[in-house]
Amino acid sequence: MDEALLRILTPAVIGVLVRRGADFAAAEDAVQEALLEAVRAWPHEPPRDPKGWLVTVAWRKFLDATRADTARRLREVRVDAEPPPGPGEAVDDTLQLYFLCAHPSLSPSSAVALTLRAVGGLTTRQIAQAYLVPEATMAQRISRAKRTVADVRFTRPGDVATVLRVLYLVFNEGYSGDVDLAEEAIRLTRELAAHIDHEEVAGLLALMLLHHARRAARTGPGGRLIPLAEQDRSRWDTRLIAEGVEVLQAALARDRLGEFQAQAAIAALHADARTAGETDWVQIVEWYDELVRLTASPVARLNRAVAVGEADGARAGLAALAELDPALPRYAAVAAYLHERDDDPAGAARLYAEAARAAHSIPERDHLTRQAARLNATITDAAAHAAE
Amino acid sequence: MAKYLLLKHYRGAPAPVNDVPMDKWSPEEVTAHIQYMQDFAARLETTGEYVDGQALSPEGTFVRYDGEGRPPVTDGPFAETKDLIAGWMIIDVDTYERAVDLAGELSAAPGADGKPIHEWIEVRPFLAYPDTITE
Repeated sequence: MDEALLRILTPAVIGVLVRRGADFAAAEDAVQEALLEAVRAWPHEPPRDPKGWLVTVAWRKFLDATRADTARRLREVRVDAEPPPGPGEAVDDTLQLYFLCAHPSLSPSSAVALTLRAVGGLTTRQIAQAYLVPEATMAQRISRAKRTVADVRFTRPGDVATVLRVLYLVFNEGYSGDVDLAEEAIRLTRELAAHIDHEEVAGLLALMLLHHARRAARTGPGGRLIPLAEQDRSRWDTRLIAEGVEVLQAALARDRLGEFQAQAAIAALHADARTAGETDWVQIVEWYDELVRLTASPVARLNRAVAVGEADGARAGLAALAELDPALPRYAAVAAYLHERDDDPAGAARLYAEAARAAHSIPERDHLTRQAARLNATITDAAAHAAE
Repeated sequence: MAKYLLLKHYRGAPAPVNDVPMDKWSPEEVTAHIQYMQDFAARLETTGEYVDGQALSPEGTFVRYDGEGRPPVTDGPFAETKDLIAGWMIIDVDTYERAVDLAGELSAAPGADGKPIHEWIEVRPFLAYPDTITE
């Protein structure tokens, strides 16, 4: 039973139904039902033409639902006989589906859920498990999202930037379930890159590949966070790095820089360094300058302060930090790091403890708490030696 | 996308504006209050933001480990305990602002004389999974 194949075929099958005249919401429901039937039927009777099978079954599900609807409402529905002619080959159904599911009228969580179901071919249950909410809640979120985009015309091109933000969210929020969302985000971004020639799509794909390459090295026993500088670089996936760098170089060669290409360039420079000490921080600072210019993002400025601290010394990093709002997430953590490098263990310990209280995740909190504890222990040791 | 705990307190929160204990309400007012809470949860289910909701008995026991091979020690309830949780609702929303808005709505549940209680609801973010891209 090839579940991956089912998921790959999902958007195209929805596209066929929509071109035949089904509205998106009904088409999506029908295809979801066809997928569930495929999961039951294919292990016993594998079809010779999986896509054809899905189209046939989904179309029948759609007609059944429409007829039931018609009977109930006693109303004429135009879909019954031959499929009407579609808008032609110029429209890429799969691409349109990406745009629709990331439509700007949707909230981020709705766009993520709809994308994973209609483009990713995941079931509502899988999405609910991945985001740790009840299945009924996720079902409501998806049907509400479908109502929101019900009047969006399927033929109008959408905005690539909104699609990229949705895929970035899927990748970056490392929730877990029986579906690997990071892998899924990469798959969907790859698929998108195959349907549209756009430098930032390539930039995001490169960014994901370069970060995914470090996955095995990023956590230790019990999900313990291992910071970049301490990671065992022999555990980085060189195949993913090579692919990420290649995708990035092709994107950069087009000379239309965007935020994802800039972030990927930073990740590529980290990937380039055989040891943390060999990192080219000067170039990384230059890329952060680009990123700040492109996005004005306070998070980029905060990360830039870390890079400045590495390139020009802790004092320079602290000076860059001083220009930023202390209310920023991770501000205290960055301040703690720079204070330790500036030979201020007591200040760093206090800031690490503050950062731990403000942490947004358990592994981060535990990591920051250990940093504070490590520094406090050395301070206590030093005091004991001084007293001797 | 973040989860928040909306906490209702028996004790420990500042006094609400409409501060009349429930047993001094009319039966209709009690019914109206419960209906409001149920409608609120049902509405959150339809918006795809509801995760869980539970109520707790005010009675509780403190338990602690008492060493190898010994049964745990139980004690309480302690009259002096300042904070007493009445129940909670867990929501999954796009923004902190949305969580605050919903807590405000929950606080408007009707009490004595059918007027909003203006009860203080505590909003606590869940610790989530760490972001993958941090540099």
